[in-house]
Amino acid sequence: MTKESNNRMIDVRDVHFTYPHNNENEAVVALDGVSLHIEKGEFVGIIGHNGSGKSTLSKLLNAIIFPTQGDVIVSGLNTKDQENLWTIRQTAGMVFQNPDNQLVATIVEEDVAFGPENLGVPPLEIRERVDRALAIVEMQAYAHQKPHQLSGGQKQRIAIAGILAMEPECIIFDEPTAMLDPSGRREVMETIKRLNRDKEMTVIHITHFMEEIVDADRIIVLDKGKVVMEGEPRSIFRQVKRLKEIGLDVPQMTELAYELRNEGMKMSDDILSIEEMVNALCQ
Amino acid sequence: MLKDVTIGQYYPTGSVIHKLDPRTKILFTTAFVVMLFFLNNLWGYLATFLILLTITLLSKIPVGYIIRGIKGLVLIIMLTVVLNLFMTPGTPVATLGPLTVTIEGLKVATYMALRLIFLVIGTSIMTLTTSPIDLTDGMEWCMRFIPFVRRYAHELAMMMSIALRFIPTLMEETERIMKAQKARGANFETGNIIARAKNLIPILIPLFISAFRRADELATAMEARCYRGGENRTRMKQLAFEFRDGASLVLMFVMIIGLYLTTWIQIPLLFPV
Repeated sequence: MTKESNNRMIDVRDVHFTYPHNNENEAVVALDGVSLHIEKGEFVGIIGHNGSGKSTLSKLLNAIIFPTQGDVIVSGLNTKDQENLWTIRQTAGMVFQNPDNQLVATIVEEDVAFGPENLGVPPLEIRERVDRALAIVEMQAYAHQKPHQLSGGQKQRIAIAGILAMEPECIIFDEPTAMLDPSGRREVMETIKRLNRDKEMTVIHITHFMEEIVDADRIIVLDKGKVVMEGEPRSIFRQVKRLKEIGLDVPQMTELAYELRNEGMKMSDDILSIEEMVNALCQ
Repeated sequence: MLKDVTIGQYYPTGSVIHKLDPRTKILFTTAFVVMLFFLNNLWGYLATFLILLTITLLSKIPVGYIIRGIKGLVLIIMLTVVLNLFMTPGTPVATLGPLTVTIEGLKVATYMALRLIFLVIGTSIMTLTTSPIDLTDGMEWCMRFIPFVRRYAHELAMMMSIALRFIPTLMEETERIMKAQKARGANFETGNIIARAKNLIPILIPLFISAFRRADELATAMEARCYRGGENRTRMKQLAFEFRDGASLVLMFVMIIGLYLTTWIQIPLLFPV
């Protein structure tokens, strides 16, 4: 193994994925030759229109489904090998969209314990892991609550704690904020960013909300099962026209700058945040 | 309406009863329920009442909360009472047109009503004082001693715990769907039984579809969290049988024996022996 691949968290090599049949009984190509890689400690945003294949991709990374063609390598292990299955699912944790449909237990701390219990971790260590995970997502105070009494954002943080307790190296977030209100979305995003920054967790964040990934290390844009753009947030969002063509938005401030520029105002094309906008306008 | 159902709910107060090992409570409840059907005079029911009252007070659960659990069953209890009242042959005490009330009927009806009420109260005290997780753990343990069921103990316990987890979620959903259908002009309050049952269809279909979708997503999420059945699985909380459990078991044994002894009492109370 080369030094470069040692640092590689996930390697997707020319992956195709076809769903055998849809409602009309025809095969649907969800991924059509996707190649990408995620380095350890990176924060990667994946965006794409509905049906672009981003959810399919996320499920491939966690070995919930397997490529029709090509390979998915997680931390050096190929998802195709059945004996790697549980190691991969433990290494690359996954947080789903609907907070209600991923909490298993009736008490918060029991739910966080679910993952490590499945892994056969000794009881005392599970206790430690659960307390640690709840502390990271700042939900210790809710350890004995019932999940259905929590807000959407809190439930999602519990789901994150449940994954953290399995001690993964990487967490895949499959639109975790899609069903939340703005404050819940903020809570969850702060948690995700903190994980990446302070705990050096590799984060793959799939989302519809462009604001959530303006400070990602890298953004990958999917369209019709293919990677169509890849790069730093600034270089991606600079291409407003192209993103709109494939049905995607840009951050609000980028959009505003774009419109102002179209109206003839001199304006830089890589504005992402309100702060940058204020600076540009006050010059 | 749906909020009245207290069976299967957990009401934490941190009392002595709550702290007991779930196995102790399951054992006692089972013995208690069986015993209820042996009772044959009011002395027994009086004793049962006192036992339940003591346990309820110890559990620190508001009495009103427990009583509310019976409200949902009023219809069944009434039906049992009415049927037994008029259908039991014996010495007549009063006639109401073609219907005759007999002493025996009064007796059986009273016993059946008390039996049902105490049955519901007894079992709901168990669920109210035991967290669902403890309850399923306890049941999983108990199932290990039942032949044929033993092999599926873990799966059954997991199913039970998921069912309990989703009861409030699905109830909320039902209420949401009802509101949505009401906003579209659906009527759930009037009409005869058949019309009302028909009106439930627009609630049940969306509810079922959503339940299946939830089940599918939950299964994926469980697999993603490395769930692979009960083998090699550990638990964070181990069941621990402590001194208070031993002591309570002895006490419970005495109570059950006491209840059984009441069936020998020959002094009539309200009804002839």
